[in-house]
Amino acid sequence: MTRRFTPLWLLLPAAAVLVPLFVYPIWQLGLISALDLRQAQVSGGQPTRYVGFANYVALFGDEQFWSVLGATVVFAAACVLATLAVGAGLAVLLTKVGRLPRLLLSLAAMAAWAVPAISGSTVWMFLFDTNLGLVNQVLRLGAYNWTYDRMTAFALVGAVVVWHSFPFVMVTLYAGIEAIPGSVLEAAAIDGAGAWRAFWQIMVPILRPLLAIVVIQSIIWDFKVFTQIYVMTAGGGIAGQNLTLNVWAYQQAFAAGEYGLGSAIGMVMMVILLVVTLLYLRTLRRSGDPL
Amino acid sequence: MKLLVPLVTAGLLLGACAPSTSVPADTPSGGGDRTGTLKVWLFDEPNRAPKEKVVQEAIAEFTAKNAGVTVDVQYIPVETRGARFKGAFNDPASAPDVVEYGNTDLAEYAAAGGLADLGPAVTAWPEGKDLGADAKASATYQNTLLGVPWYVGVRALYYRTDVFTELGLAAPTSQADVAAAGKAIHARKPDLVGVAAGGKYTFAALPYVWDAGGDIPQINSAPSRAGLTAYTSLIGPEICPAPQCADLTGGKTVELFAAGKAGMAILGNFNRGAVDAGPVKGKYAVVPLPGGKPGSIAPAFAGGNNLGIMKNSKRPALGADFLTLLASAEYQGKMFDAMGNLPTLTPALEQAAAKDPFLKPFTDTIKSGTRFVPLNPGWGKIDAQGVLPTMIQKVVTGKSTVDQATDEAAKQIDAALKQ
Repeated sequence: MTRRFTPLWLLLPAAAVLVPLFVYPIWQLGLISALDLRQAQVSGGQPTRYVGFANYVALFGDEQFWSVLGATVVFAAACVLATLAVGAGLAVLLTKVGRLPRLLLSLAAMAAWAVPAISGSTVWMFLFDTNLGLVNQVLRLGAYNWTYDRMTAFALVGAVVVWHSFPFVMVTLYAGIEAIPGSVLEAAAIDGAGAWRAFWQIMVPILRPLLAIVVIQSIIWDFKVFTQIYVMTAGGGIAGQNLTLNVWAYQQAFAAGEYGLGSAIGMVMMVILLVVTLLYLRTLRRSGDPL
Repeated sequence: MKLLVPLVTAGLLLGACAPSTSVPADTPSGGGDRTGTLKVWLFDEPNRAPKEKVVQEAIAEFTAKNAGVTVDVQYIPVETRGARFKGAFNDPASAPDVVEYGNTDLAEYAAAGGLADLGPAVTAWPEGKDLGADAKASATYQNTLLGVPWYVGVRALYYRTDVFTELGLAAPTSQADVAAAGKAIHARKPDLVGVAAGGKYTFAALPYVWDAGGDIPQINSAPSRAGLTAYTSLIGPEICPAPQCADLTGGKTVELFAAGKAGMAILGNFNRGAVDAGPVKGKYAVVPLPGGKPGSIAPAFAGGNNLGIMKNSKRPALGADFLTLLASAEYQGKMFDAMGNLPTLTPALEQAAAKDPFLKPFTDTIKSGTRFVPLNPGWGKIDAQGVLPTMIQKVVTGKSTVDQATDEAAKQIDAALKQ
């Protein structure tokens, strides 16, 4: 009997940290999302009312919500795929090249990783500036505005997101690949597997637990992307065409003073991320590999 | 002048929408102690020294006349003013007596019940009659005068004299002239935009709306739509290509004109320094922004700062004396010499204009009548949500028609103003 409860009280120290840090803010967020909390209520001018699901009803009835949600999902998915492709590709490359190129590549990646999102976005914005940017000058594009078209703007921001997040994928997978016993890869090579086949049929299965972490992290990061969009498209692009859920939640809560509605958007995001993560973990379990 | 740009987040967080139930003070700015320390808050400036010098002069004159009085001036940063004012409203003990505040913040502070009625003090002040009606209206909330406009800033049309001479163009005197000159410039010199008309430059678009007889609360009325159509017709391949101009803000417009990349731009008297710092120095002139009717002047937005007395002040009468001294024609003139701020008292304004011919188009604009954003705490929300820029951008990118975009904006504006 005592044995059964041992794991629970062993979790206590972790819970002591996690509950105040995570559960309490989420509880607050949920609570605010059920209140009519606007600037007037925050300033104390009007009484705060409990409105149940009214904020959610307003949200789901708003056309803009669905279009922003759609944009967010597509944008996040594209960023995750691109980050994984770039990260995994470079990780494999790292194992193949000599010491000096490896050092240089690692340094470059680390630098990109170390740059704070806000400075990185600002630098990229300078490079792609309509009138004075280096890119337009080098490519002789004249006054081409990279953020005018919705797709180009998303592609540019996506490139910055990938640039910021591929080093994590690269380093993690590189460590994983290095840990694969040389004999396994050698055996595959002797059996006639090329680099492509060795990657998909040897490395990927062995790296599955690592990949799980990398994928989930990337989904969470890219779904929540804020800084790059906010900085590079000046808060959501021309007429709000580049809004993602997180930026939109911020605009609703802090620019418009609709704290209740902003919190409701935050809750929706959290639920979506929880569901995605759980589904992903379940598929991994189903396929039989322990994590 | 930073105050003319949208509210900063701090201001928003702490008081954009204070209760509309609380009524402004009805205590007149009279009575109270006539000795002790008078606390004054003025805005900090990027180049504060000349302002501080003028204020010190005023203090010396004031303390010489009022025995037993000291004046304690604090220069508060513009960015965090919202938090400071909110704190002062809530805690009378630490509140100042006399304050400088941005005129677009008026409704917010008034709704919070933080400012005292200046009506009687201004009536008793001999120079009060020199305050223009527009200036007074911009400091009045729900029929109560809550500030004395200290200085204003207005926008007019800057144009490149070298380009106009080269292409044989005359200074525009109507909206049609502006558009025609813009087309001619962009056609003959494709690397220049004809008129730098920004999709996010609210205060350049509003004169068009006002000139047509529209206004912000009726943004989907026929006159407002006509004005918006006139403004948005400037943003297109023939004058100011949308990819370049759709996301242009007021600040970027200044840069574009100063860098010599625009034939014309709608800029303020306060942008002169920035323009002169660029390669177009000496190659431009200014005329009032024309209206639709040839020879008319489109109403400009009158941005600026007011002086007010806090409702909690223990020395309202003494404060009013100091306020009227700072706002007097003499000190407005000194502030103009020091900072280039346009005076609000008609005689001081005329004097300043006589000294500096550059100001004539701006004083003409002021004389022909200026307009203001809705005096409603909801304006902060409309501004922060970017309702008007989004509306303009939807039109110029072809995402919506003028009718659709204005209907959509009207819904948001109504909601904010009624909140």
